[in-house]
Amino acid sequence: MTKSAVNTSRKMGRLERHNTLVAYSFLAPNFIGFVVFTLIPVIFSVVLAFMDWSGGSKITWAGLDNFFYIFKDFSFTKSNLGIALKNTVFYTVATVPLTIACALGLALVLNKAVKGAKFFRAVFFFPYVASLVAICVCWNFLLMKNGPVNQMLNLLGFNMTKSWTSSRDLAIWAIIIVSVWRNAGYYMVMYLAGLQGVPAELYEAATMDGANGWQKFTKVTLPMLTPTTFFVSIMLIISCFKIYDVVAIMTQGGPGRSTKMLVTYIFELSFGGEGIATSAQYGVASAVSMVLLAIVLLVTFVQFRGEKKWVNYM
Amino acid sequence: MTAATINRGPKTAGQMLISVLKYVLLLMLTVVALVPFVWMVSSSLKTSVDVFSIPMKWIPEEFHWENYLQIWERVPLMAYFKNTAVLAVIVTFMQILTSSFAAYAFAKMNFKGRDFLFMCYIGTIAVPWQVYMVPQFIMMRSVGLYDTIWALVALQSFSAFGVFLMRQFYMGIPNDLSEAARIDGLSEYGIWARIILPLAKPAIATLCIFTFVNTWNDYMGPMIYLTTDLRKTIQVGLRRFIQAYSADYNLIMAASLCSLLPVAVVFLFLQRYFIEGIATTGMKG
Repeated sequence: MTKSAVNTSRKMGRLERHNTLVAYSFLAPNFIGFVVFTLIPVIFSVVLAFMDWSGGSKITWAGLDNFFYIFKDFSFTKSNLGIALKNTVFYTVATVPLTIACALGLALVLNKAVKGAKFFRAVFFFPYVASLVAICVCWNFLLMKNGPVNQMLNLLGFNMTKSWTSSRDLAIWAIIIVSVWRNAGYYMVMYLAGLQGVPAELYEAATMDGANGWQKFTKVTLPMLTPTTFFVSIMLIISCFKIYDVVAIMTQGGPGRSTKMLVTYIFELSFGGEGIATSAQYGVASAVSMVLLAIVLLVTFVQFRGEKKWVNYM
Repeated sequence: MTAATINRGPKTAGQMLISVLKYVLLLMLTVVALVPFVWMVSSSLKTSVDVFSIPMKWIPEEFHWENYLQIWERVPLMAYFKNTAVLAVIVTFMQILTSSFAAYAFAKMNFKGRDFLFMCYIGTIAVPWQVYMVPQFIMMRSVGLYDTIWALVALQSFSAFGVFLMRQFYMGIPNDLSEAARIDGLSEYGIWARIILPLAKPAIATLCIFTFVNTWNDYMGPMIYLTTDLRKTIQVGLRRFIQAYSADYNLIMAASLCSLLPVAVVFLFLQRYFIEGIATTGMKG
């Protein structure tokens, strides 16, 4: 190596080091906050699942005890974890298809050239940004014993004698209705973006071949939208498993345990419903968190794999 | 002649019928989307007895505007509003500042460990907050931030999502621009401030609105962290109001309506950014 080449490479090294320092200085403000307030708690939560701690100074190694505790006498009708899992899955299975159907429906209606499309789009989207407590309390009111919804259903010949949120069978449907109503507009926007990507030639070709509207929908629109539907489903499933706030405001997990969700259970164990519990079980709460994390990561993994494999044309 | 002009010919009766049906459907959907809000307005102007009248009335017989004055006396609603506004503004500002800064390093610079660090960021977006809220709470309490808005500021100012959103946008800005500026002798900070940031206005607007609305509407965070009444935010304050005056549904509705007014105004003027933001990033705040 010649002298000048050594010099250049040394210079390059210094430049690179300087460059790295500058890059770190860009990252630092966010990164420090991110590590302290997100990354460390995430790691801490994993460790805590194997600890026995009720918030005091005594913290002991518990091994798998917390997991044995939550899975003890596991049943979907009796044990807390079983009921929370069953309710969360039921809620997810009902909410995801209903939201997709509403979102897709809204998008299809708006995608055709209509006057005031922007206005309607804003109207359908608004429930998503409206403050949660306000809309939950309003829906509680609408779904009351003598509320507008029950009055209307009674006129149609149903016999509604209870408010939805105090009925063991209907309470979870109250949560589902509010969730669908609130989120449909959000996912509609994703479907509108998806519909923009369907080439017009496909419809023209279908028309040439004599396809009717329904055939165009099932043979062109739906298959072309599968990537959107796949993505929307994953997002919805994850957000459904995280459901808490609507439940906390509308039913507090009741009546009985009929709307108790996974996160509701985590909350009760660590904060005793609302406010701080007198005897917090942080270890057990973290063990339940790990169950939630496992489910969410599994769904994310499916998305990761599916994104590569998924094709438009079935 | 193009296809569009052919289509503009006189409509057949069938086409007319379809387009009429479409608007009827749209109006019905609008009603479903807006009915709770209309009911809120209507109930907020009734007396606490008339609210439960059977059969229901959509238009109150008498308008009780005084409900909107009473709510401010029953609970410290003004304090809730102020707290929420302060929190939302600080969080939004911090979020924009730190995210747009960090995203520059990820999108426009080469350094050791860049991809690994970015994977860490993406990885935590996948972890639900509900999983680590407990350790986070324990940590905040041990450093004495419990029952202050600073706990919430710390919680929400450094989200990985903000960095991700800004990085995605920066990636779309051609590298030639920053390369040219580098040759002209501009420092990396200069490039960030003078070239990238001005071009990233739409992304900043999107992040700004999302953060503001999310912070305004956040229920779980303030519920866990704030116990002193006068420090509460509007969402938990409203919840307290509901529990304390559960019989006065007219007042509850009036207070609820007030709580969503600021967000409604922001949405009305900036909804374009919301919708474009979701459509382009496809991510949830």
